[in-house]
Amino acid sequence: MQPWADDVHRELKRAGVSVVGYVPDAGHKRLIELCRADKGMRAVVLTTEEEGIGLAAGAWLGGAKSALLMQSSGVGNTVNVLGLLKTCGLPLTMIVTMRGEAGEFNSWQVPMGQGTQAAFETMGVKVTRASSAEEVAPLVASALKSETATAVLISQKVIGIKSFQDQTSQ
Amino acid sequence: MKATLHRRKVVEDLLSSRKNLLVVAGLGSTTWDITAAGDHPLSFPTWGAMGQAAMMGLGLALAQPKRRVLVITGDGEMLMGLGSLATIGVQRPKNLTVVVIDNERYGETGMQTTHTASGIDLAAIAKACGFKNSKVVTKNVDLRKMVHQISGPNFLQIKVIAEKLPLVLPPQDGVLLTRRFRQALLGSAA
Repeated sequence: MQPWADDVHRELKRAGVSVVGYVPDAGHKRLIELCRADKGMRAVVLTTEEEGIGLAAGAWLGGAKSALLMQSSGVGNTVNVLGLLKTCGLPLTMIVTMRGEAGEFNSWQVPMGQGTQAAFETMGVKVTRASSAEEVAPLVASALKSETATAVLISQKVIGIKSFQDQTSQ
Repeated sequence: MKATLHRRKVVEDLLSSRKNLLVVAGLGSTTWDITAAGDHPLSFPTWGAMGQAAMMGLGLALAQPKRRVLVITGDGEMLMGLGSLATIGVQRPKNLTVVVIDNERYGETGMQTTHTASGIDLAAIAKACGFKNSKVVTKNVDLRKMVHQISGPNFLQIKVIAEKLPLVLPPQDGVLLTRRFRQALLGSAA
């Protein structure tokens, strides 16, 4: 189950990330658990994804590196405040599990999933995409190293959720 | 009850003898208010990202647990980020105080009334969200102990007169504001 999550957690540690904002997501279940269990990290559960941008901005002002975990459906919630990253030159690595791609069982997830990359790019965020589990951690590592606003999208086929049953049993 | 406090005086008093205080101001009038009290490298005035001032305060408070952090924002800005009160209530940072300068108006867009003009009680919401101390302030009292000493998270909703005041603008360059804040706080580590 989500074996890439352990490697991603290791990269977050290596880069010195100490604040991790997240909105719960089945695809991020393992990574959220690892961050919550890590005494060197403060995992902050958010009510909506845009809070994660404000959190990261404040953490950076205070000298702390952060990361943000969310599902593609939440990217639309962040659009206006993503401008903060560009205007203030703030680095932030956002790790996004994709919905609305091949194999999607819920048609209501499709519009935002299809628009996720464009939404980020419209706001000046660099986008990279992991199409296999092996690609996730190296892409996260390079995003962290670049110290820019970067979103790493994890394809739905990597997450492998194909039904409501899959989603709840993750 | 008719408000009697003047916002610029309230903010000036909050920031007087500010010591090591780290300050974030919300978009709009409170950004002008903190600047009128004196621009400072450890003040971060926002010109955008409406609704995120309290969250920026949370991030700062978690990154700097030994420093006191003060968010000064308006009622309209706070209303746009009500969920952040619940998020702060989960983390319960002892060093964070959120002050809402409440004129019951959207001051930058034509003084339209906000929800607080209809009695929406932000201090009660903050209390319900787990803020340790939360109150509505209507009189001129010294609030610096709350800002500098009392264990938080603290929330103050300060009722002020709805008045249109001259703009006092801080630098607008976000990269400059970020760099000067980090350099003043972190020194060579920035």
